[in-house]
Amino acid sequence: MEEREKTKNNTEMRILGFLCNWCSYGGADTAGVSRLKQPTDLRIIRIPCTGRMDPLFAFKALISGADGVLVSGCHPKDCHYSVGNLYARRRFEVLKDFLPFLGIESDRFHYTWVSASEGQRWQEVVTEFSRRIHELGRNPGFDMNTNLVNSEAR
Amino acid sequence: MRIGVFVCQCGTNIASTVDTERVAQEVKKLPDVVYTTTYMYTCSEPGQQEIQRAIEEHNLQGVVVAACSPRMHEPTFRRAVEKAGLNRYMFEMANIREHVSWVSNDREANTKKAIELVRMAVAKLRFNQPLFPSRVAINKRVMVIGGGVAGIQAALDCADAGLDVVLVERRTSIGGKMAQLDKTFPTIDCSSCILGPKMVDVAQKENITLHAYSEIESVSGYVGNFAVRVRKKATYVDWKACTGCGVCMEKCPSRKVPDEFNEGLSFTRAINIPFPQAIPKKATINRSYCIYFTKGKCGICAKVCPAKAIRYDMTDEVVTEEVGAIIVATGYDLFDPSAYGEYGAGQYRDVITGIQYERILSASGPFGGHIKRPSDGREPKDVVFIACVGSRDASVGRPYCSGVCCMYIAKQAILTKDHIPNSRSYVFYMDIRSPAKNYDEFVRRAQEEYGVQYIRGRVGKIYPRGDRLVVQGMDTLLGIQVEVEADLVVLATGIEASRGARELAEKLHISYDQYGFFMENHPKLRPVETNTAGIYLAGVCQGPKDIPASVAQGSAAAAKVLALFARDTIETSPQVASVTERACIACGKCIEVCPYGAIRWKELKGGVRKAEVITTVCQGCGLCNATCPPKAIQLQHATDNQILAEIEELCA
Ligand SMILES: Cc1cc2nc3c(=O)[nH]c(=O)nc-3n(C[C@H](O)[C@H](O)[C@H](O)COP(=O)(O)OP(=O)(O)OC[C@H]3O[C@@H](n4cnc5c(N)ncnc54)[C@H](O)[C@@H]3O)c2cc1C
Ligand code: SF4
Ligand code: FES
Repeated sequence: MEEREKTKNNTEMRILGFLCNWCSYGGADTAGVSRLKQPTDLRIIRIPCTGRMDPLFAFKALISGADGVLVSGCHPKDCHYSVGNLYARRRFEVLKDFLPFLGIESDRFHYTWVSASEGQRWQEVVTEFSRRIHELGRNPGFDMNTNLVNSEAR
Repeated sequence: MRIGVFVCQCGTNIASTVDTERVAQEVKKLPDVVYTTTYMYTCSEPGQQEIQRAIEEHNLQGVVVAACSPRMHEPTFRRAVEKAGLNRYMFEMANIREHVSWVSNDREANTKKAIELVRMAVAKLRFNQPLFPSRVAINKRVMVIGGGVAGIQAALDCADAGLDVVLVERRTSIGGKMAQLDKTFPTIDCSSCILGPKMVDVAQKENITLHAYSEIESVSGYVGNFAVRVRKKATYVDWKACTGCGVCMEKCPSRKVPDEFNEGLSFTRAINIPFPQAIPKKATINRSYCIYFTKGKCGICAKVCPAKAIRYDMTDEVVTEEVGAIIVATGYDLFDPSAYGEYGAGQYRDVITGIQYERILSASGPFGGHIKRPSDGREPKDVVFIACVGSRDASVGRPYCSGVCCMYIAKQAILTKDHIPNSRSYVFYMDIRSPAKNYDEFVRRAQEEYGVQYIRGRVGKIYPRGDRLVVQGMDTLLGIQVEVEADLVVLATGIEASRGARELAEKLHISYDQYGFFMENHPKLRPVETNTAGIYLAGVCQGPKDIPASVAQGSAAAAKVLALFARDTIETSPQVASVTERACIACGKCIEVCPYGAIRWKELKGGVRKAEVITTVCQGCGLCNATCPPKAIQLQHATDNQILAEIEELCA
């Protein structure tokens, strides 16, 4: 019982991670194998490549109550399918610009590259992104009444 | 759908920080989940039988295992459910070890996270469909990239088994670093005497095609059917005509060409055969030193060549080789010791590297096998060896151990004593690493029988005194400063990834670690496979190792290729894109983005066009799926509905 009270369960944020199978999912595994401790907010979805990542997935998550979305793939030039992450990068940049128009802070979405050997880098990415989301606090979510063009979007 | 969930305890790996019982109880409440249980080791034989029993007993139509990473055991469990009559794609895994129990000790948070991950897996599974692989023919030719001892071994093993082998070597001869060594530890047999016959074998095997002085231009295709474009660099000598007689080399007036094979300790000619045992034994013109190319006149080699083989107008040629598997064995390069200014490498001529010393010791080396100082040709009396120059030192970005230096230092110190009986050798070292069979005994022999003095500690400075060198360092065992006057200093420079390794990895779509060594699929259980099916690793390109280990890995890679080629066809994954023709608006965007050209137009009646996936060519990246405006093209097993189901399960 006491243990239950001690946990920070109630303050946990809802963070979704989309990781490509070949690099970043492996990097997260490497972090695990090396027992590199991380915040517990993140839930990981395995996708074949960041090129599979439809920006709508991130959008869908953020409007249905996720507090943060993290996407990670192979470093540029290392994509298992050569170019998937290059297409992804362009799409994510557009998404970042677009989110504020829906009243969602663009900082709630982040993408990065982590290779299968970079367990430590993965630990840093998760720690930093979780910290950032905790700072932003709960995502109020998309609501028909929000002023669609908020200040962040000029 | 009737779903069963198996929550693995993985001994205590999971159970110690995740309440597996509670996970099983909680997910039992989910719609469609009709059976849940926990198990100690689900991947074990009885664990798998437990799944199969439950499938029968509870009429399960889908299975979720919450355990380790799917990168580890997804294939295991897919086979297990298949044996019980389910389609192997009616299976999902939740990673509650690598992503949960091992990265946090917060039992409550972990348990909650595990429950959510299982819920997501169940949500996805509800949308899974049985999928069936198709088969394509295997092209039973193999390419080996890199002709060092590891590549040679792999090529010979494959050729002995009757395969057609294409061996691609960047330099003008195969042999790699081993061809430059004098003797080899721990038996001190002569390196070229044991390597030479293997090199000759490569030349004589009819089923080995050797492209020397060649590099990989590009790689396309996939396991079973790769197409590799190989750039054969211009040698300016027609190798079909060249007999390797060496007359050109003798007569060439450009005589100040640093000899790469002798590590810059001697000169060769602008037209040369790199060493007497070279395979192929053919001459190559070094353009930057050739007077014909630099000054536009000369042409002596063309005049003297009895075979009329000189072709000044030769250009690079690109050939395409089609193969079913590739073994990468591109070896290593050595650390540049100038990073350690205090050692004076490059500044003092008698401070040399270990590989230079191998050449000096070698009878075919720059001094005919007599140990001499590069500066004045005098025979040294005191020789100092410095270990770990560019190994185990994070300050130069090389925190790893090169694995062979301790051993070759002992070898070189023994050989020094054999050559010059009244010489003294000193070794500055950090630790002695000699773990293989007969290795520690070998180092002891150097110390006890040959009187080599081992001083534990780092060298701080090397500076000249008269025509000798003073080596100053700490003896950390005695806790005192020591100073040794030496005639010759040998730096055991560390092993690093071969020049161009990263670029090659990018062409092959294989991964490399932060130092540029290629990544194996699993550090313990799949050490010669890469993450890319049909591409295997051998030798030091995967990480530092000695000759026995490189040869063993060469043979292992060959065995993997033979196992792959034991069948005539290969199963291709059904996790490919598929088009719903009704929804396709024929915009052609998928055709544009597909990195493999796996989508083409299909003409329907009335001139209507629709996208069509060539399933054996599709690699399953899903780029088309994310691109398609009406979402008419869907990547099987990672469809929009499946991924959205996971998102909704978590966020709703
Ligand atoms: C000074 C010294 C002494 C040593 N002494 C011993 C010893 O006594 N006993 C022992 O067991 N080990 C010894 N070693 C270690 C030994 O050299 C290696 O274990 C062995 O050479 C590894 O073989 P390899 O085939 O993996 O690599 P390499 O010998 O490096 O061969 C790689 C080959 O691939 C080619 N290549 C590279 N890149 C490409 C590319 N992109 N395309 C095509 N080809 C390419 C290279 O030109 C080369 O021919 C010593 C090492 C050093 C530095
Ligand atoms: S998933 Fe689509 S884009 Fe990727 S290889 Fe297959 S057809 Fe091409
Ligand atoms: S496979 Fe990792 S980003 Fe494409």
